[in-house]
Order: sequence, then structure tokens, then C-alpha cells
Amino acid sequence: MTKYLAKIGLEMHCEISKTKSKVFSTAPNTYSDEPNSCVQPLDMGFPGTLPVVNKEAVRLALMASMITNCTQPEYIWFERKNYYYPDLPKGYQITQETKPIPVGIYGYVDYEYKGQMKRVRINNIHLEEDSASLDHYETTSTIDYNRSGVPLLELVTEPDFHSGEEAMAFLEHMRSVYQYAGISDADTKKGQVRCDVNVSIMDASLDESNPENWGTKVEMKNVNSFGGVRDAINYEIERQLELKENGTYDEMPQQTRRWDEDTFSTIYMRSKVDALDYKYFVEPNIPKFKVTKTWLDEIASSIPKLASERKQTYIHEYQLSEYDANVLIKEKAISDYFEECIRLGMDAKTAANWVTVTIVGELNKEDLSIEDFYLTPAYLKQITDAIKEGSISSKQAKEIFYKACEEKKEPKNYISKDNAQISDVSVLSTIITTILDHNSAQIEQYKNGKTNLFDYFVGQVMKETRGKANPVMTKEILMKELAKR
Amino acid sequence: MAYMDKGILELHKLLKKGEVTSDELVRESLEKSHEVQASCNAFVTILDEAKGKEVTDDYLSGIPYGIKDNYSTKGILSTGSSNTLKDYVPFFSATAVENLARHGAVPVNKTALDEFGMGGTGTTCHTGVVTNPWDHTRMCAGSSSGSAAAVASGVYPYALGSDTGDSIRKPAAYCGIVGYKPTYGMISRYGLFAFASSLDHCGVLTRSVEDAAIVVDAMKGIDPKDMTSWDSSQVHLYDSLDKDLGRKKICTIKEICSLENYPNASAELKEHLENFQKTLNHLKDLGYTVDEVSIDEQLLKAVPSVYVVLSCAEATSNLSNLTGIVFGPRGEGDNYVDMIKDHRTKGFSSLIKRRFVIGSYVLQKENQERYFRNAQRVRRLIVDRYKEIFKDYDAVILPVGSGPAKKLEGSTDILDENTQILEEHLQIGNFGGFPSITIPDGFIGGLPVGINITGNCYNDELTLHIAHDLESQMNYKDQIAKEVHHD
Repeated sequence: MTKYLAKIGLEMHCEISKTKSKVFSTAPNTYSDEPNSCVQPLDMGFPGTLPVVNKEAVRLALMASMITNCTQPEYIWFERKNYYYPDLPKGYQITQETKPIPVGIYGYVDYEYKGQMKRVRINNIHLEEDSASLDHYETTSTIDYNRSGVPLLELVTEPDFHSGEEAMAFLEHMRSVYQYAGISDADTKKGQVRCDVNVSIMDASLDESNPENWGTKVEMKNVNSFGGVRDAINYEIERQLELKENGTYDEMPQQTRRWDEDTFSTIYMRSKVDALDYKYFVEPNIPKFKVTKTWLDEIASSIPKLASERKQTYIHEYQLSEYDANVLIKEKAISDYFEECIRLGMDAKTAANWVTVTIVGELNKEDLSIEDFYLTPAYLKQITDAIKEGSISSKQAKEIFYKACEEKKEPKNYISKDNAQISDVSVLSTIITTILDHNSAQIEQYKNGKTNLFDYFVGQVMKETRGKANPVMTKEILMKELAKR
Repeated sequence: MAYMDKGILELHKLLKKGEVTSDELVRESLEKSHEVQASCNAFVTILDEAKGKEVTDDYLSGIPYGIKDNYSTKGILSTGSSNTLKDYVPFFSATAVENLARHGAVPVNKTALDEFGMGGTGTTCHTGVVTNPWDHTRMCAGSSSGSAAAVASGVYPYALGSDTGDSIRKPAAYCGIVGYKPTYGMISRYGLFAFASSLDHCGVLTRSVEDAAIVVDAMKGIDPKDMTSWDSSQVHLYDSLDKDLGRKKICTIKEICSLENYPNASAELKEHLENFQKTLNHLKDLGYTVDEVSIDEQLLKAVPSVYVVLSCAEATSNLSNLTGIVFGPRGEGDNYVDMIKDHRTKGFSSLIKRRFVIGSYVLQKENQERYFRNAQRVRRLIVDRYKEIFKDYDAVILPVGSGPAKKLEGSTDILDENTQILEEHLQIGNFGGFPSITIPDGFIGGLPVGINITGNCYNDELTLHIAHDLESQMNYKDQIAKEVHHD
């Protein structure tokens, strides 16, 4: 590979899942298993329907544009991309092209790869509508319009990646960005993220800054998982390297291929010459509208803290280790849980310990997401407060934690009753010594053979501790203390 | 006693007095519909089950009307006069139709049109040719052919139309009635089957300016379902008809209406243009100043080409939803491409297919700059020129077409180059989204001809006011078609 350099670019499509309704219709933007249940007439292309722009979708798209350091436009326009396909009910997709400029153009994103910061240039980011989804059976196909019109962000990078792993690290970074910014759940399992990938090979000795040296672009459409993106790229690099080695690379036409997960290979679809002419033109039903400076400022100031910023806070302000900080920020929901603990006044290190070890462990064991986890930060605080007050030991705390999770009862139930025992040897010894000091007559009787007085002593301890003394330990200490006398 | 030849206000008075009921009006209108169906073939659907509605203080309450069949009507067949939608029954109504329902208006039929509004002859409806009630050997023009024939025949006082090039205003002239399309966006297009979205307007055909004002007052209003609609709550068309708006300056355009532009003018054309000049005198009598302004002939000559390029381009995209997959007759074929092809091949008339080819051609990457984008630029130049004129004048007044309704026999959509601008200048009203109204201004050989008044955007009150003034000086208000008998 040292002789050659792979040039890889991504088109990352991510559904905006955080709007109430679709991008151009009032149908709910929710994921539903019931086909065609989240649909308005526009989503099925009925005659006479018109698109109405969802301002919240534009707001989130502009936020993504800012986060990816793009330039925002003065006006928002939409365009029609015309082609016939059964998943496209209007016969065109409402999208944005680079002229007039979309929600974002010419930016960059810094991401971490193997402990190093990397930068990828962003060509543009645009807002469009998703298509319906098709299911194919042996003799028939079905169309589900629930997805039709769901807002979709398409992020187009320059070919700045050099390996599948690098591209995947970027995708994971962007997923985190979309999640932390409250733009999307970016859930690949729900098909919310889909990628087109392009790969070419160039001689490493040539100047990489000159696009003429980049080689022949091969595009792979609709790769639906991050692992798939990595594997498709690595497969394609190998395939193209072979062509280089056997001298046939220059004969390879610019083409579109399909990543086939079953055979773990890319399959030829069509050459560039067969590419469709989408006959773009400005959508006449959506008047261009001005993006005011005030609105942009509002959006900029409403960008939530992203993962990298939170990580810095965790390390520098809360004095957590980088390892713990990384575990906490990996998923936004976990980081949110942790921050809620802090907000409730828990000690940062204590909270971090509980979250990174006990809670993450429990979630993994039970295959739960933290949103579905019974023990809220407020409940967790009942336990940590009890430790702080010395009413329970850390060992008891763990027991209470699991018991509360299992029985779905507030931890305080276990702290005030059966579990809130006095099990501290020195505390119990002090109490017992005092009681024995005040009962010398009974000790004498006991020593003289009235052994059932042992229960009397236990009763005195219980009376003194209002029943909280650990009975087993109480008996042990009593035996020892009586023997001494 | 017949009532359906009367205007809205008179009908309202009679209804309020109890001299006639809404049910009686509906019955008469339905009977008349069947007569006009037999004579003009004006309808796609006659709603025989229609019943009267409660009469309130609303002028339109209880009064029958017709809806062009490219308006979506809930539970009622809505075909766009196309085989691609021959059995399509929508589950939602156009906003304009809903607005009228709120005013108590009673729809009694759906009128035929040139398929999806694309055509100016009334000959491409899937239900056959619509004939002119004044002379059945002649066309109504189009595309609101059925609406024009029905209103002119006295089926009801008004019918809805749509206007992308002149589809309300030209049939109105050919049938001797009033046709009005307000400023773009004053009436919501939601539920109107799209032809060319940037040019499409909803509007109405009536027998008086007064009725046009009353109906559009009820149809209009900002609509959250149409981003191009605007708040016209301060616009009161009917109330403005008699108000002294203190503006009396209008103009004609020399390059369009001066007889000297047409050296080979037919006797008919000469008569039409002379009649136009006579009509202007009525306005002068009322104290209007009527000037003649000049527009670059090159610009005017470009109007029809600009229209063809833009309307065909938008149409080919707008009508791509007609695949027979979700609605309309399902095409046959082993795969979706063949199914869509079959549906569209069988469903569309050849005229529309020709327009789709033109539309696709001008949008292709290699042609788009030369045709589509240039057409957009020229559109802008023409509109700018009109806006310049509106700085000095309240309205532009021009003759409609080159004479009365054309013969059906031998009619084509291919135009005579000499009189092309006379035939096509109404499209400027669509380029600019200007309010534009046609009213009858006389007869040639027993057949009606019309005159058009076009004002600046948002000046609908003024435009109708001028039309109302002019109408009051002539005897064509409320006229019903009388068949011309040939020797």
C-alpha cells in the first residue's frame, strides 16, 4: 500500500429524528412498525398537495451546518431532483443543490482517530426529504410511506480519508455530534443513517493536492452500517490495488457499485455514462426565505455542549481520568445521566464511579439502554447520601443498588428498614460495653448459670439501637465481652 | 320561473325573502346542467344528489355553483379531465372549495377542462370536446371550457376556473362572460391539480364583475397548506367596487392593440380592434385617462416561447406523480418502469405528451441554461417592464384574442404568427402574478368578444373597480348565451 494512496469520500445521509413532523408535511416524524400510519396526502404524492417547509428542520440543519464549520446561506431555497422510482411518490425529491447554496457549504470537521486529531473537509451539507421504503418479496413488492418526507441531512465530504477505519471513525464522530446536538438519534438499526462511499487509488509519489492525480472514482451506494462502510472501502481498495498491480486500473471506467453484505464484496451496477440527468430546478412552491442574522445567532447560541466539550469539563473540572471521561461521553444518554447526578449535588468522582462501573455493567448485563434504566440519578443519590451519612457501608450500598433495580423500589426503602443496620464492630462494641457496665448484677447471675439472661442482654442492645443493631454481630460481640468479665 | 340566469345578490334577496328555496335552485341548476351537458358536453360529473343548504346572511349561501374538475373535491370524482385519473375520488378538498363550503355555497357539478389545464381549446378533455353555447361549431377556448360554457348558459351564476396562461380569461371572452384571476397567492392552490406551479392561479368565471368580487372574497385567504399564499384579510373586493379609489389612469400597449401592427388584418380582426377602441371611449367618458405606451417588440414576441418553456418544464415535473402506483389505473408490466410507461402512454393525450417532451428537453443539463434559465430571465424582464408601467398607470387594458371564438373544425394549438401576441399577451398576467379580469365588450357576427384589464400585484380592488366602472357603461352584464343560427 505504501506505493499507493487511497482517496475516500463519504456522503452521509442522516435522518433528522428530533422534529415533531416531517420536513414538508404535517405527518408525525416518528418511527412506526405499522406501515403507512404516519402519512399525509403529500407524502404519497396525491394531486393538488403542496410542500410546506418545517422551520424546525431548517433550524436543526443550520445548526449542523454551523457545527461542521460550513458557511450558511443568505436565503434558503429548495430544488427538485426529478426521477421515477416507486419509493418517490411525487416523481421528484425536494432537496438542495450547491447552486443556489444549501444550508451549509465548504466547512470542515475535526475528529479523533487512533488518539490523533484528523480534519476532513466538508463540501456541503444539505436538507432534503427521505423516500418511502420498499420491501421486495418473491412476486411482489410493498411500499411503506412512513419514511417518505422524513427530514434528511446529507453531508458530503471531500475525499480526505485514506482507509476504511478512518472513514468509520469519522462516521462515529458525526453520529455522536448529531446525538449530542439533539438533531438525530442517528440509529443505524432504524436505518436512520445511510452512506454513499467513493474510493479511488493514486500513486503515493504524486501530489495529493492536485485532483487530477486522484485516480478513477468508484461510488458505492446505500451502505447501511458503519462496519459496512469500513468493509466496503477496504474491499474496494484491495480490488483497485489488484487492478493497479496487474496494470488494468487505467481501463476501469468511472462507475457505481453496490456493497453486498452476503458475499462481502462490491458488485458493478452502472457506469458513469448511464448516470441519470436529474433536471434540477428551483422548487416553485417554496418561496425563498431569508436567513436572518438574528436567527443564526439564536441557533448558534442554542447549540448544546458536544461530546468533546463535555470530555474537557470532566477531565479538567471534575478531575476524572481520561478513561472514565471517554466511557461517560461515548453515549449521550449516559453522559446526560452523569450530568444529572452532578446537578443533583452528587460528588463527581463518586457519580463517575457508579456510572462507569456499576451502572454500565448492569446495563450491559441486562441489555438495557440507560433511558429504560429504573434507577434514576435521584434514586442513585439516595444510596450515595446514605453512604456519606455513614448509615450504610459501601458493600451494603451495592446490595441496595441491585435490590432496588430488581424489585423496582426506591433505595430509601432498604436504607431505612432492614438494610439500615448497625454493623460497625466498634459502634456495637461501645454500645455493648456501656450496657454491660450498667448490668453487673445480671452478669453475675449469668456467670452463675442463668444462661437465658443472654437474650436479656441482646434485648438491651436492640432497645438501645431501636432494633438497628446487626443481630449476628451483636451476639458475637456479646459472647466475647461477657467472656472477658 | 327560472332563476339561474340571475346574479348572486338578486338570488340572495329572493332566498332571504323566501320567494325561492335553495333546494329549488339546486334542482333548476341540475336540470339545466343536463341540458347543457347535451348541448355543450361541459361536465365530467353532475351531482344529481346535491341538496340545498341553509340560507344565511352570506351572499353565497344556498346558491349552486360549478367546480372545474382539476380541483380536488372530497368524495367526488376529480379527474383533471384525464384518463390517468378517470376513477380518482379524493379524500380531501381544495382549500378554495372548503372556503366556499363555509360560506354555504352548493356545488352541483364538476366541469370539463383541457386535460390538466394544458390547452386552450376545450378539445382535449377525456370526456370529449366542449362546444361554445353561442355556436356549437365553435370552441369555448380553454382550459376552463366547461365552466365558461356552463356560466354562459345560465346553469348557475359562477363556476371555478384555474388560469396558468389565460385559462379563465380567454374562455370568458369567447363565451361573453367575466373571468377573473386574482393576484398570485390570494387564493390558496392547495388541492388544485398542479400544471405549472409558478404560473397557476385559482379564479372564477361569472356574468358580472360584482359576482366575481363576491366569490373571490369568499375563496381567498392565507392558507397554512400553501406557502405562496398571503394574508388578504384587508382586501375587500366587493366593498371596493363602488368606492372612489381616486385612481383613473390606465394604458394600452401600442405593439399589441394598434391596428397598424397587422397589415394583413382580417375584417374580423379590424372589427375587434375598432370595438376595443370604442370601448376605451366608455372609460374616457367616466373621466379615465387612457394612454398608449410602448413595449419592446422583441420582448413581447418572446412571451409565447417563454410561456411554453416554463410551463412545460414545470408540468413535466409536476405531473410525474401520475404513475398509476398509488392512484389512477394501474399500468401493466413486469416491472415498475413498464407499469409507469403503460399507465402514462394510455392515460395522457398526445398534446400533453408533446408538452412533456418539450419540458424534459429544456430542463436537460445541456439545454437548461439556453432554454429554461433564459426563459426565466426573459420572464423577469417582461414582468419588470410591466411593473414600470404600473408606476405610472393603474392598469393595462387590452383586447382579448384576435376576435370571437374560433371554429372547432381545423383548430390547432399552432398559432398564426401575425396575431400571436394578441392571442398570447394574457400570459404576462401569469408571469407577474398580476390580478387580471376579462369582461365582455361587444359582438362580432353575433359572437361575443372580450376586453382584459390587468393591474399590479395586490391591486385587485383597483383592478376590479375599473372593470366594474367599464361594465356599467355597457350592456353585457349578466348576459346569457343565445345560440347564433347560421343561414
